[in-house]
Amino acid sequence: MELFKYTAGQLHEKLVNKEVSAVELTNAVLGRIDAVEKDVQAYITQTKEHALEQAKSVDAKIGQGQSIGMLAGIPGALKDNICTKGTTTTCASQILANFVPPYDATVVEKLMAEDTIVVGKANMDEFAMGGSTENSGFFTTHNPWNLETVPGGSSGGSAAAVAAGEAIWSLGSDTGGSIRQPAAYCGLVGMKPTYGRVSRYGLVAYASSLDQIGPITRDVTDCAHIMNIICGHDAKDSTSSNSIVPDYTKSLINNIKGLKIGLPKEYFVAGMDPAVEKAINKAIEQLVGLGAEYTEISMPHTEYALSAYYMIAPAEASSNLSRYDGVSFGKRVEGTDIIDMYKKTRSEFLGSEVKRRIMLGTYALSAGYHDEYYMKALKVRTLVKQDFDKAFANVDVIITPTAPTTAFKIGEKANDPLAMYLQDVCTIPVNLAGVPAVSIPCGFAGGMPIGLQIIAKPLAEETLIRTAYTFEQNNDYHKGFATMGGK
Amino acid sequence: MDYEIVIGLEIHTELKTKSKIFCGCSTKFGSPQNTNVCPVCLGLPGVLPVLNEKVVEYAVRVGLALNCEILPFSKFDRKNYYYPDLPKNFQTTQYDLPICVNGHLDIEVDGKTKRIGITRIHMEEDAGKLVHSGATITSSDSALVDYNRTGVPLLEIVSEPDMSSAEEARAYLEKIKAILEYLDVSDCKMEEGSLRCDANISLRPQGTTKLGTKAEMKNLNSFRSVQRGIEYETARQEEVLEDGGKVVQETRTWDEGKGISLSMRTKEQANDYRYLPEPDLVPVIVDPEKVAEIRANLPELPEARKQRLMADYGLSTYDAAVITVSKAMADYLDESVACQADAKLVANWLMGEVSKHLNNDSITIGQCPVAPKQLAELIALIDKGTISNKIAKTVFEEMWTSRKDAEVIVKEKGLVQISDSSEIIAIVDGVIAANPQSVADFKAGKEKAIGFLVGQTMKQSKGKANPDMVNSLLRERLQGN
Repeated sequence: MELFKYTAGQLHEKLVNKEVSAVELTNAVLGRIDAVEKDVQAYITQTKEHALEQAKSVDAKIGQGQSIGMLAGIPGALKDNICTKGTTTTCASQILANFVPPYDATVVEKLMAEDTIVVGKANMDEFAMGGSTENSGFFTTHNPWNLETVPGGSSGGSAAAVAAGEAIWSLGSDTGGSIRQPAAYCGLVGMKPTYGRVSRYGLVAYASSLDQIGPITRDVTDCAHIMNIICGHDAKDSTSSNSIVPDYTKSLINNIKGLKIGLPKEYFVAGMDPAVEKAINKAIEQLVGLGAEYTEISMPHTEYALSAYYMIAPAEASSNLSRYDGVSFGKRVEGTDIIDMYKKTRSEFLGSEVKRRIMLGTYALSAGYHDEYYMKALKVRTLVKQDFDKAFANVDVIITPTAPTTAFKIGEKANDPLAMYLQDVCTIPVNLAGVPAVSIPCGFAGGMPIGLQIIAKPLAEETLIRTAYTFEQNNDYHKGFATMGGK
Repeated sequence: MDYEIVIGLEIHTELKTKSKIFCGCSTKFGSPQNTNVCPVCLGLPGVLPVLNEKVVEYAVRVGLALNCEILPFSKFDRKNYYYPDLPKNFQTTQYDLPICVNGHLDIEVDGKTKRIGITRIHMEEDAGKLVHSGATITSSDSALVDYNRTGVPLLEIVSEPDMSSAEEARAYLEKIKAILEYLDVSDCKMEEGSLRCDANISLRPQGTTKLGTKAEMKNLNSFRSVQRGIEYETARQEEVLEDGGKVVQETRTWDEGKGISLSMRTKEQANDYRYLPEPDLVPVIVDPEKVAEIRANLPELPEARKQRLMADYGLSTYDAAVITVSKAMADYLDESVACQADAKLVANWLMGEVSKHLNNDSITIGQCPVAPKQLAELIALIDKGTISNKIAKTVFEEMWTSRKDAEVIVKEKGLVQISDSSEIIAIVDGVIAANPQSVADFKAGKEKAIGFLVGQTMKQSKGKANPDMVNSLLRERLQGN
C-alpha cells in the first residue's frame, strides 16, 4: 500500500521502527499532491520546502535515538483560517489574499512543538461560511470519492486533502458543522470538541461564540492523538476551558456495554435521503448489539435551531469581519475618501455569501430589530441548550445523521442558499449548545460515504472516542480509500 | 422666560496601568509611533482579547471612591462603528452591565454643597490617533494612524444631569480629577488626553421637571474649555428658545480657538452602534471579598486630606481646599512640613509664588524646579531673619531658574539681611537728613509719611535691611528729635 494511504498511528510506528524516514513519507505525500491536486484542488497554499526541512529535522532526531511525538514527521494540512507565521492565511477570501500573519495560532504552536509537518493550507468556504467550498474566493474543491461532487464545507479542503492522500490528517474549524459535514461527505472522522476545549487564538473568527477547531482524520485513533496535542487551556483565549485534558488514547476501548444512546426524533427531517436514514438505523442496531441501550428522545426546540443560528452567527460575523476594511492589512481599493475606500474594498474583495451574512447580521443587530431578532435568537439558543441538558440527564450520547444526504453535485445548491443551509440542520444545534460531537463513517449510498454523528455532554470527548472507536472496530467503512475515479 | 440649565458630564480617563486593557503592550505616552503594538491591539485576524485584571481593580477603586455600587457580574460588549483609528471597527466596552452604578459626589460651589449623581462607570479600550497630513482634517488629503493608544484602558464616568451651571460642571470635573489622582489610577493630563470630557447640555423653563432636548458637546480639552463651552452652549440654546425655535438633538464640537461650537451630526445622522455581547471575553466576576480588600486599602481622598490639613496644620478651609485640589500640591506641602517648615507659610508660598511660576511656565507642581525641602529651607531663612520676605522672592526667582539652594544664592549674591542696628541707623539718619519735608509731614501727624521714609531706607540698603528694624528705628529717631 502507498505510504500516503496509512493512518498517522500506523506511520508513527513505521517512523519509530525506521521502516521509513520522515523525508520519504513527506515526499510520498508531496508526490501525491503533484499527482492529484489538479483534480481535487484542496490547497490554497502549499508549503513543500518548509515541510521537507521539517522532515529532515525529524529524521535527525530519530537518527539520534530521540523519542518523537505521535504526529512528528507526519504530513498534515491546516484549514486556511488558522494563522501560520510567515505563511499566507487567506480564509479563502480575496480580501486576505496577501495576508501573512506575524504570529502562529496556538494550535500551530502546539503542533510545531510536536514536530508535526504541515504541507499546506487547505481551501474552504470564504471565512468558513458555507457547506461545499463553492464559496471559496479562489476555487471549488472536489470530493475525492466523486470529483463531480462537493467535499462539503466549510472545511472542505481539509477533508478532501485527507481523503485524497494529499495529507494524512488535517485541522478544520466548525461553527455549524464545518468539520463534521465534510468529514461525513469524505468518509472521514471529524470531531468538533466542546466549545473552549481547544484554543481559538489564531483562528480567524467567523462566529466567535460558536467556532471551534478540531481534527479530521482517517480513523478514531488518529483523532484521539490529535486531540491530545491541540486541547487545553490557553492564557491567550479567555474562553478556553481550565479543565484537565485527559489522555484521549485511553478511551480507545472496544467496549460500549451499558452505554445509553438517545435518538432524537426531530433530527430525522423531511428531505432526508432514505439511504442515510437506513444507514443510521443500521448503525444503532449494531451498537445495541454491542451492548448499548437505546431510547427515542425528544429535543423539541431543534426546529428553531437553524433560524437562531442564522441570526447569531451572522450577527457576530458582521462585527468580526468589519476589520477587513483595507486600512492596515489585506487588500485595498483606493477611494475618494475613507468611506469610499471601505465600500470599494469590501465590495470588490468579499464574496456574495459573506456579504449576505454580513447584511443579515447587521440587520439582526440594528436598532429596532435587535430585540426581535438577535435577542430572541439568544433565547432560542438557551432553549436548545436546555434540550441537550435534559437529554443528557438520561443518556450518555445522542446519535443522529451528520447530514441529511451524502455529498451533492457541484453547482446543485449554489443558487439556493436555503437548501444549502439545510445541510447543517443536524450539526448546528451542537454548536449552539457548545457540546462536543464527532462524525464517523457508517456506510455508503451510491458509492458516497455517509456520516454518523455522535454527540456527548460538555467535555465528554472521551465518551465520543470510546463509542466511535467501538463502532469503527466492528466495521470496515473507514478502511476504504477514495476512488478518485481510478486515479 | 427664565431657563434652568441642565448639565451631565461624561468623563473619560485613561488608566495608568503598565499594559493595555486586552494585551501586554506598554501604555507609555509619547513612544515613537506604532511601537507599542502587537497583533492583538492591531486587531489582526485571529487574535483574541484577554482582560487586564488591574483595570478591574482600578475601576473598583474609582467606583468605591465615588460611592458606587460594584456589580458582582458585569460584561463587555462591542460597539460597532467604522473609523480608521479603530482597527477592529468596533470598540470593546461595557454596555448594559457596567462594573459600577449608582454613585454620587458632593461638590462645593459658592460655599454651597451639592450632590451630583453618578449613573455608571464602565471599562473600555481607547482608540488610536489619526495624524493628518495637512493642518486640519478638511485640508488633508491623507492621514496616518498611530496605534500606540489603541487598547489603552479607559474608564468612562457618566454623571446624572444634576449640574446647573458651568461653574458646577467645572467644580465636578476638578473634583473627579483630584479623586483620580489621589487614587493613583490616572495621570489626568487633559493636554495629553488622559482626561477627557463631553458635556450633555439642555435647558428647561425654570421650575419644570421635564428634560429639554440636549446637545452633546465634545472636544472640551481643558477646564477652561469646559466652562467656556458650556457657557457658550447654554447661551446658544437660550437664544434658539427665545426666538421661538427648537433645540435640535445633536453632537457639537467645541472650537476653543474661535470660542464657538459647531454641529458634528444630528440624531438622525447618529451611528447605530449595533451593540452585541463581546463573545471573546468571559463575564467579569468581582468577588465581594476583593471589593472589601480594595475598600480597606483606599488611599486618603481629597475631602479627608482637607480635613486633616485643617486639623493638623490649622489651615483655613479655603487654603486647605485649594491645596488639596491637587494631590501633588498637598504632597508638596506635607514634604515641606516634614522639613520643619511652618505649614501656613508653605501654603502661602504654594498658593502665591509657586502657583504663579507654575502658571507662567505652564507646568505642574510635579515638575516644580524647587523641591519641597528647598522651599522649607528658604522659609527657614526668613524665619531666622537672615533674609526679608521681599528678598526671599528674589531668591525664589533665582532658585526657580538655577535650581540652587536658597542659602547658596543668599551667600553668592550677598543678600543676607542687615540686622545690625548701628548699620541701619546710619542709613536711617541719612534718609532723615535728605527728606526734611517728609519728616515735617510725619511730625505734623501724617502717619503715611513714614511709609515713604521706610521705602527710601529699604532702597538705600538694596532691600537688605530688616524691615521691622527699619520701621522701629525710624520712629525712634523721628520721635527722639
